[in-house]
Amino acid sequence: MAQHQHKGGGHGHDHHHHDDHGAGHHELSYWRKYIFSVDHKIIGIQYGLTALCFLFFGFSLMMIMRWQLAYPNKPIPVIGSLFPSFFPGGAMAPEMYNAFGAMHGTIMVFLGVVPMLVGAFGNYVMPLQIGAPDMAFPKLNMMSYWVYFCGGVTMLASFFVKGGAAQSGWTSYAPLSVITQPHQWGQTMWLIGMVFLITSSLLGSINFITTIVQLRAKGLTMFRLPFFVWAQFVTSFLLLLAFPPLEAAGILQLMDRVAGTSFFMPEGLVVSGQMQSYTGGGNPLLWQHLFWFLAHPEVYVLILPAMGMVAEIIASNTRKALWGYRTMVYSIIFLGFMSFIVWAHHMFITGMGQKMAAFFATTTMIISIPSVVILTAMVITLHGASIRFNVPMLFALAFLPMFAIGGLTGLPLGLPVSDIQLHDTYYVIGHFHYVVAPGTIFAIFAGIYFWFPKATGRMMNEALGKVHFVLSFIFINVAFMPMFFQGLAGVSRRLADQTGYAHGNAVQGLTRMSSWGAWMLGLSQVPFIINFFVSMFAGRKVSENPWESTTLEWSAPSPPPHGNFKSTPVVHRGPYEYGVPGIAKDYFPQHQAGAEA
Amino acid sequence: MSTAVLPYTVEPHPITRLYSGKLGIWLFLASEVMLFGALFSSYVLLRVGAPVAGPAAWPAHAETGLSWKIGGFNTLVLIISSVTMVMAWAALKTHNIGRAKAYLATTVFLALVFIVVKLTLEYIPKIQAGHTPSHNNFFALYFTLTGLHALHIIGGIIVITYFIGPGSALWKTDPEYFTNRVECTGLYWHFVDLVWIFLFPVLYLT
Repeated sequence: MAQHQHKGGGHGHDHHHHDDHGAGHHELSYWRKYIFSVDHKIIGIQYGLTALCFLFFGFSLMMIMRWQLAYPNKPIPVIGSLFPSFFPGGAMAPEMYNAFGAMHGTIMVFLGVVPMLVGAFGNYVMPLQIGAPDMAFPKLNMMSYWVYFCGGVTMLASFFVKGGAAQSGWTSYAPLSVITQPHQWGQTMWLIGMVFLITSSLLGSINFITTIVQLRAKGLTMFRLPFFVWAQFVTSFLLLLAFPPLEAAGILQLMDRVAGTSFFMPEGLVVSGQMQSYTGGGNPLLWQHLFWFLAHPEVYVLILPAMGMVAEIIASNTRKALWGYRTMVYSIIFLGFMSFIVWAHHMFITGMGQKMAAFFATTTMIISIPSVVILTAMVITLHGASIRFNVPMLFALAFLPMFAIGGLTGLPLGLPVSDIQLHDTYYVIGHFHYVVAPGTIFAIFAGIYFWFPKATGRMMNEALGKVHFVLSFIFINVAFMPMFFQGLAGVSRRLADQTGYAHGNAVQGLTRMSSWGAWMLGLSQVPFIINFFVSMFAGRKVSENPWESTTLEWSAPSPPPHGNFKSTPVVHRGPYEYGVPGIAKDYFPQHQAGAEA
Repeated sequence: MSTAVLPYTVEPHPITRLYSGKLGIWLFLASEVMLFGALFSSYVLLRVGAPVAGPAAWPAHAETGLSWKIGGFNTLVLIISSVTMVMAWAALKTHNIGRAKAYLATTVFLALVFIVVKLTLEYIPKIQAGHTPSHNNFFALYFTLTGLHALHIIGGIIVITYFIGPGSALWKTDPEYFTNRVECTGLYWHFVDLVWIFLFPVLYLT
C-alpha cells in the first residue's frame, strides 16, 4: 500500500523543510537520524552494513563446513571446542552439515548478496544517479529495511530452536522439507523468515520502479540513465513479479508443515519404512516449479546489478563511453523477460519429458546471448583505452573473466544431455559460485571501493585495497576451480563426507585444496575489513568527484546531505561523455551546461 | 515547486500522468496478481493431478458442502462495498468529507459482514464437520485461498478505518493528497474484490 513521507501534510512540511534549510531546525534525534531513518542514504548504509555482516556470517558457516569436507569427522580446531552443543565431540555431525549448508545458501543469497546489491547500492546510488532528492516512498523504504532485518533475525534464531536450523538445502525441496522434522521448528522458521524477506524485496522493488519512473531529474531521459540504473530497473521488475510465486509456495509449504495439508505430499509416501499420515494427492514437483519460477529470475537479480556496477566503473576508468550502451540496455531488458521462461532447466532430471526439456534448453541457450552481448560490450569498451588501474577497476576487470567462466560453464548445464550427468554434482556448485562469488562479490567489492568516497567523503587505502584484490583473486580461484573437476568426477554436492565413496576418495585432494583456498580467502578479507573501518575515520579526504566521473551522484557533496543536491540538478547529456572534443577536461558531467556533445 | 523535497507525491507526473502513490499501488497489485496467480495455478495442477479414487481424490461438488448461496451473498456484499468505496472517493472529489466518511464506514461495515459470514457460516461449521485443511487438497486449497483473501480483507478494513479516523487529519492540510490516498486504497479494495470474483466460481460453482 502506498505510504508517503509527509504524513500530516505534504506541502506544509516541505515548505518548512525548504525554508529553514541551514537554520538547523531539522535536528532529528539520534534514533530518527540513524536507526529509523527515512533517508535513502542512511537506509542504504544500514542495508550495506547488515548485508556485509550476513555475508561474513554465511561465509564463516562455509569455512566451518569446509573443514568437515577436507578432514571428515575430525574435531574442528578452535570452533569445535567453542560451541560444544553444536559440534558434539568437536566434529561436525551430518545433520549439522546439512543445516549449515542450507543456511549458507539462504543467507548468502537472500540476506547477503541481494540486500547488498539492491538494498545497499541500489538504495544509496540509484536516487543520486537520477538526481532525485530521495526514494519515492521514504517510509516504505525504511519499512523494507526493517522487514528484511526481522527476516534475518528469524533466520539466525532458527539455529537455536528445537532441532536446529533448516536442513533441506536452500531450495527446501518437498517432501524432504515437509517430513524431515515435522515437530521441529527450523524449516518452519525458514519459511517465516522467507516470507519476511520476500515482503521486504517486494516493497523495495515497488519503491525502486516508482522512483526511477517518477523522480528522474529534468533532462534525464531513459536513454540518458546510467547503465546501473537500468540494471536496477530491470532487477526490480524481476523481484516484483518473481518473488510472489515463492511467497505462495512458502505459504503452501507452511500449511503442509503446520496445518497438515498435502500440497506437496504424494499419496502413500513411505519414509524410513513408515507410512506417512498425510492424506496425499499433492505434487512435490509443484514446489520445484514454484521455487524455480522465483529462483531463476533471482539468479539474474544476483547478477544484473553487479553488471551495472561494473559498467559504471569501467566507463569511469577507461575514460570512454560504454561501447554499445543502447545495445546493452536492450540486452538487459531482454534478459529480464527471458529469465521468466527458463526456470525448468533446473529440473531436467525430474522426468518432465523431452518436449518440455527441449523448450527450456532452447530458452536457456537464447538467454545466454544477451549476457554475452553485455559482457562483450564491456570488453570492447576496454579496447584502446588508457585505463586507470585503481582498486575498483581491478575488481571490475576481474569480474569480466570470472563471470565469463561462470557463464560458460553454465552452458553444459542448460542442455539436458550434459546436465543429466552433471546435475547435483560439485560442477554445479563451481558454476554458480563463479557467477556469484568471483563475479557478483567482486563487483560488490568494486562498488564498495568506488562509492566509498561518496558515502564517507574519504578514500579507502589503495595499497591495502590492492593486497586485498590480489589475495582474493588468487584464493577465490583456488577455492572454486577444483569444484569443476570434482563434479566431473561425479562427487555429489550434498555429501558431508565424500571419502566413503571410491570416486570421492580419489579426488579428496582437490577437496582439501578447495578448503584451503576458502580459508585463505577468508584471511584475505582482513586487509579489506581493516581498510573499511580505518578509512571511514582516517582515509584521505576527497571532494565531491574524486574519480572525475560524469554521472549525477558525483555532483552531490560527499557525503550528500539530506535532500542530496545543493540545487536541483538538470541533465544536459548522456551518462558517459568522456574525452569530448573542445572540452578542457576529459570528462563532461551530465549536469554541466554547455555545448551539447 | 510545492513539494520541494519529493515531487509528484500529490500532483501527477507530466509524462506518466500518475502521482507516485498510484504507480506504486499498481505495481503492488501486479505483484499480487503473481501471488494469487501462483496459487490459482497450484489449484489447477493439484486438481488435474489428483488421484481418481481414495481419500486424496478430488471431492465431488456435493461432498464439499459449500453453499453457493452463502458464497453468492458474500460476492454481492463485496461488489456493493466496491461501489461504496468509489462513492467515497467521488465524495472527496466534490469536497464532501462527511459523505465520504459515511461511505468509507459503509465499506468497512460490508467488509465486516463478509468476514462474519465467512467465519460463522463457513469456516466454523466446516471445521466442526471435520473438513479441516488436512482433510484433502480441496479443503487445503479452500482454506489457504480464502484465508489469504480474508487476510487481504482484514488489511483493507484496517487501512480504511485509519482513513476514517486519524488518517483523515490530512484532509484539513492537504485535501488532494488525502483524496489520492483514498483512491489508492480503493484500487487495492477493487483488486481484493476481483480476487473473490475468481475464487467464487473456482470453489463454489464447480
